[in-house]
Amino acid sequence: MTSLEELAATLRTALGADRIVSDRQELRTYECDGLAHYKVTPGLVVLPRDATECAVTIRACAAAGVPFVARGSGTGLSGGALPHADGVLVVTSKMREIVEIAPQDERAVVEPGVINLHVSTAAAPHGYYYAPDPSSQQICSIGGNVAENSGGAHCLKYGFTTNHVLGAEIVTPDGTVVELGGRAPDTPGYDLLGAFVGSEGTLGVATRVTVRLTRLPESVRTLLAAFATTDQAGAATSAIIAAGVVPAAIEMMDALAIEAAEAAVACGYPPGAGAVLIVELDGPAAEVEAQFARVTALCEAAGATELRIAADAGERALIWKGRKSAFAAVGRISPDYIVQDGVIPRTALPEVLHRIGEVAHARGVRVANVFHAGDGNLHPLVLFDAATEGEAERAEEVSGAIIDLCIEYGGSITGEHGVGADKAKYMPRMFTADDLETMHLLRCAFDPAGLANPGKIFPTPRLCGEVPRRHHAADPPPAAPPCAAEIF
Amino acid sequence: MGWQPATDDDVVAGRRARFVVAPASTEEVSSVLRAAAAEDLAVVIRGGGTKLDWGMPPGRLDLIVDTHRLRGVVEHAAGDLIAVVRAGTPLDELDFGTQQLALDSPLPGATVGGAVAAGTSGPRRLHYGTARDLIIGMTVVRPDGAVTRSGGKVVKNVAGYDLGKLFAGSYGTLGLITECAFRLHPVPPARAVVLRDAPAAELGALLAAVRAEQVAPSAVEINRIGLGLGTVAVLVEGTAEGVRDRAARLEKCLSGSIGELPPWWGVLPWPSDGVGLKLTAALSGVPSLLAAAPEVTIRGSAGAGVLYAHVVEDIPETIALLRAAAGRAGGHAVVLTAPEAVRPHLDMWGPVPALSLMRRVKDRFDPGHRFAPGRFVGGI
Repeated sequence: MTSLEELAATLRTALGADRIVSDRQELRTYECDGLAHYKVTPGLVVLPRDATECAVTIRACAAAGVPFVARGSGTGLSGGALPHADGVLVVTSKMREIVEIAPQDERAVVEPGVINLHVSTAAAPHGYYYAPDPSSQQICSIGGNVAENSGGAHCLKYGFTTNHVLGAEIVTPDGTVVELGGRAPDTPGYDLLGAFVGSEGTLGVATRVTVRLTRLPESVRTLLAAFATTDQAGAATSAIIAAGVVPAAIEMMDALAIEAAEAAVACGYPPGAGAVLIVELDGPAAEVEAQFARVTALCEAAGATELRIAADAGERALIWKGRKSAFAAVGRISPDYIVQDGVIPRTALPEVLHRIGEVAHARGVRVANVFHAGDGNLHPLVLFDAATEGEAERAEEVSGAIIDLCIEYGGSITGEHGVGADKAKYMPRMFTADDLETMHLLRCAFDPAGLANPGKIFPTPRLCGEVPRRHHAADPPPAAPPCAAEIF
Repeated sequence: MGWQPATDDDVVAGRRARFVVAPASTEEVSSVLRAAAAEDLAVVIRGGGTKLDWGMPPGRLDLIVDTHRLRGVVEHAAGDLIAVVRAGTPLDELDFGTQQLALDSPLPGATVGGAVAAGTSGPRRLHYGTARDLIIGMTVVRPDGAVTRSGGKVVKNVAGYDLGKLFAGSYGTLGLITECAFRLHPVPPARAVVLRDAPAAELGALLAAVRAEQVAPSAVEINRIGLGLGTVAVLVEGTAEGVRDRAARLEKCLSGSIGELPPWWGVLPWPSDGVGLKLTAALSGVPSLLAAAPEVTIRGSAGAGVLYAHVVEDIPETIALLRAAAGRAGGHAVVLTAPEAVRPHLDMWGPVPALSLMRRVKDRFDPGHRFAPGRFVGGI
């Protein structure tokens, strides 16, 4: 038997056969996450029901030296949950209990497979919600959000997953269950929870997560503003920020993205617009009213050709529908596309959009732009037809050039989708060898054997090596005290 | 930059260093730390010196690296609402005009690096978060002298591990922070404070009432000086119109009144030679924590579940009492500072979960255990 077959036998005995998937056809249903052009059939799939079963699984992997990859709902866009062919895929979809909604503590405790939106739904009767709202929030899992430090449209004001996770029970790569953080803030010691969130499954698997619940805002106002050009929409964004307003969200779509959204969901955006901005304000009613008047005036001053203000929740949902469905909608106007996730300083927005346009034009590739304008997180959708010879390569070139632009302007290669398998190769463009080595020190502290989600984040495989012998306080001091003059 | 022999002022929690050096750039820090590594020197980092005696005394100490020459704002990109600041810059010297680094420092004279490394926070943490939430990038020189960066200069960024969070609150045990990039916030045009004095037993109900009101406060603080009365103070910030309305609603829900920021606002409740504790609790546990030691002065960010206590009498017993109460309330009690004579009788950090994982992190970053050895949790 191979080590994987032995492992499967062990886990079948320990957990029961219904927790294990080893049939080739069934395994193939797990071959990719939301980044569908990366495919690897996992060696084995395990569906633990609780932390104990998860720990048993990982301990067995550690004992057998078999790598493992955690997967939530599989909506990730960087291949973070791309399986390992000779490894175990630990799927959290059977761990879907909302353990506790505690409005009196402004906390919820959930299992990792719980769907993001379900936390808000459960908290709503108490007047609370869970703030991070990735566009996939109807299907993505909290465990996946923790792994990726997911953002969302409203993180401009409310922050990212990492700002809303207070505690986690995790299984470390040696199979130990460890509590990080807790219900109260500022747990003494290193902020390992802060390091764990966004570590893309390379430091272990979260089996229970304590999140912050946020008081529902008293008032929400949403505005759709149409502009002739993305420059004007960008100028409006800058004006809003310069006025000291912190909207809950500022989103932008360009003409091609509007066309796609219109074709897919008939969101009824103003026809012929070169760009639309969605600006949402929330908070105490009197505060929102005062700021909304300001925002409306600033959009008009920046040349808005049409302003639509959502009169009720239904109209607000329609405005958001076009934006939230934009990625999928692009499928209506192009058979294939690459979603980028670069970040630039917000003020560089107009310039970078022009340069993306130039790069795309030079290679004969269309790019639709959908992005979180408030925080400079671009989601250019690079369109291509894989059936046409050379198009996929050209699209890949444009995609890489956009990443380079983001780095050139002092930004990041990923704002919320993660590095995963997809962008590991770009990490050395953003970080030095020493920077990556330092990150790897943390990895080695958690996972010296390198079994947790190998091949992700880091561009080249690395070994950890032994920890050098520590210096004990009881050890004799260095022979002779060094003289300052000798050192410098 | 020269290494100076230490003087009587170069003492950390009673332990005197042998040398002091004040590098003026990240590169100079790197040279210093490489040399210190080559000579196996134990290092403590010093900023404003306002929290140097926090934690346990270092087990050994050869070199103090003073950050006061690592001063100034490297970059303020107002349109992007970010700033890059050198670690030795005093927090109260920062001036970003109509923008701000929304990190309240409880100790005047504290540096940016010191506040980040010790993880201090103040009243407005409720709304803006703490240093770990405001940091978007960090430059750190490792104990072996390597210069490393994580994060960047944009607010939204998930490339690589978020090491800024690991270094924030690490008490200088993993490396020397030389620069931090922060997200900034606009300075709100208006603010108001609503205060209510009440019997200590009623504070919990008042806190719950503020939580229920949708006024999005920036800070919810309490101050209870021993038996008897306590005060709840709530800060709202925003537009003039918004603040007027929100403050009026708070006056009603608290039966309180608009006033000035009280003198105790954001000030730690102990004198420099006192025994000072940080207490944390789940929000619903704050009242029971207050009730556990009714004679102790307790103050702080009740709306965030973070309080500070000045313990005067029966010190070990009172600490044990508060620690047990904090534990029942889902939190912890850490002795931040205590006079040297008292320290040997105290467990400063108390029980710490995930300690073995923390030791493994320390072993990787500082295998020689030379950076503030013994100062941090579990003797790290």
